[in-house]
Amino acid sequence: MTIPPTVLPAIDPPPIVQVSGVGQRFGTRIIFRDVSFSVAAGEVFVILGGSGCGKSTLLNQMIGLLPPTAGDIDIAGQRITGKHGAAGRHASQRSFGVMFQSGALFGSMTLLQNVMLPLQMFTNLPEDGCEAVARVKLGLVGLGHAVTLMPAEISGGMAKRAGIARAMALDPHILFLDEPSAGLDPVTSAGLDRLILDLRADLGATFVVVTHELASILTIADRCLMLDAAAHPDSGGVIAMGDPRTLRDTSTDPKVHAFFHRETLEAA
Amino acid sequence: MPGWHSTETASAGLKIEQRGSDTVLIFAGRLDAEGAGSLWHNTLHAAGRAHALPLRFDLSAVSACDMTGAAMLLAAERAHGTPVPIDGADPRVTALLHRARPASVEAAPPKSAPGRSIGGHCVAGLTAVGDGIAFLGEALVAVLRLPTRGRMLRGADLLRYADQAGVRAVPLVMLLGYLMGMILAFQSAIPMRQYGADLFVANLVTISLLRELGPLLSAVILAGRTGSAFAAEIGTMKVNQEIDALTTMGLDPMTMLVLPRLIAVMAVLPALAMTLDIAGLAGMVTVLRCFGFPFAAIMHQVQAAATITDLFGGLFKAVCFGAAIAAIGCRAGMGTGYGPRAVGLSATAAVVGGIISTIALDGVLALLFYRLHL
Repeated sequence: MTIPPTVLPAIDPPPIVQVSGVGQRFGTRIIFRDVSFSVAAGEVFVILGGSGCGKSTLLNQMIGLLPPTAGDIDIAGQRITGKHGAAGRHASQRSFGVMFQSGALFGSMTLLQNVMLPLQMFTNLPEDGCEAVARVKLGLVGLGHAVTLMPAEISGGMAKRAGIARAMALDPHILFLDEPSAGLDPVTSAGLDRLILDLRADLGATFVVVTHELASILTIADRCLMLDAAAHPDSGGVIAMGDPRTLRDTSTDPKVHAFFHRETLEAA
Repeated sequence: MPGWHSTETASAGLKIEQRGSDTVLIFAGRLDAEGAGSLWHNTLHAAGRAHALPLRFDLSAVSACDMTGAAMLLAAERAHGTPVPIDGADPRVTALLHRARPASVEAAPPKSAPGRSIGGHCVAGLTAVGDGIAFLGEALVAVLRLPTRGRMLRGADLLRYADQAGVRAVPLVMLLGYLMGMILAFQSAIPMRQYGADLFVANLVTISLLRELGPLLSAVILAGRTGSAFAAEIGTMKVNQEIDALTTMGLDPMTMLVLPRLIAVMAVLPALAMTLDIAGLAGMVTVLRCFGFPFAAIMHQVQAAATITDLFGGLFKAVCFGAAIAAIGCRAGMGTGYGPRAVGLSATAAVVGGIISTIALDGVLALLFYRLHL
């Protein structure tokens, strides 16, 4: 008896996020009118800006929760907006994971069950396999000791980390993180930054992170996009895009300068 | 141990070879969720069978490995019992395994909660009763301190709760009362007609409604509509730490949150019971008119049957039921645990507790009225 040769499929094309001319309005209130950027595979891309500038709105558009009022979005090669957006959203769902700001854990399940749920629903892993994988994911975010706790029994920082573990459950190519380090102590926050960089290095995962934690941005971001609610209409809502360290050192825009140097606008 | 064995799926493959004294698990393809899922059972089985024998993993034919694949390799290593050397691994896979290894350490199994004994149930029941009495005591203290805390009892809140519990329940109460009156009259008329006593249906329905059904049915409606709403509303405030915020501001949650609800419900439930009485009598009149009895004759029977004691006895019951339902709803809300599930549990406890307490209280009051010859 001989062993049949194993046919190896081609390596996946790089996952990519493409946002083209996206706008959002609620009634007569325009949040932003023309935002365009693309995220390359393996990149850590940060969306930043002050409160109310539309960061979370843009994130909700990218994860398919909010259809944009203008423009198109492609996630992992699938168009998730427009007439056939529903099919694209369905096809792209497995390629990304989302960590919501509060963790959004299911309150009636333990942390382990929260992370096991997507594995049980979408893979053919046996029950013990789902459990072993979920334990690894929780261990990676430093919650290996807390797998049997309920969400009501853990702190806000632990809930965020468990949210990341659940977002990583299916090893998606893209991870969208909404304010991952907001409200965390500097040590835990630095640990999360390290985790993001490690996962990018080991898995080649792409990260789109919404945050306004300056230390985090400067540590993890390859590129960033800065939104501003009161931006000039010609800018479409984006006031800066590029390497955050370069923006910090060279930007002449008073708002960008104020943000990166923690100054008031008057001082900037 | 057989010389080799192979498992292959569309995306991944596993081959088991014997190389000298070593058992080698040769993986191929993609060790991701799909690949690992198809190979999981065979991999762990083979690793377990090679227990105490030298085992190696060969990953030279693996095209991709993610955290799920790494978890499978580590689970196989655990099943084998000793660290397994890995050949031909991509540096990224090695790094992945290095990172996943400490994370895959088994956590202690959860402590199973011991089953509650009969004694435990009794203790829990008595504790709940004690908590309820303590809550009533706190409410009473809040009432006694009201003269010095008058500003905390806000009139607008009181009216809002009265509107929520009373005015908005009127259509439902009228519909239910009218239907109950019709059904009672119709069902009683059939046997009573055999004795030529069908006009006395009016007496029966009037006394039933005024003494029992009016307050009881409106209390059940209130427990379902308002008791649960109070529990959910206060429970959500507890979860959001709004009650903690009130306490730290020096405001008494009992005076600000519980008393207005208690007063509003005690005020509106007699009105709802009266509304239900009137709607029920209208239903009864409809049925008897259909049977051909003149309106004047029916009214004469009603006036003969009903006494002012029946009416006020029923309304007094309604006040007591209202107090019990509001207190139980608010108590359930104040005792809410943490998490979204806790609010649902509180709302359920409020409805169940409200209905049970209403019926129990009805029995006690019936006995009391009997002893007082009312």
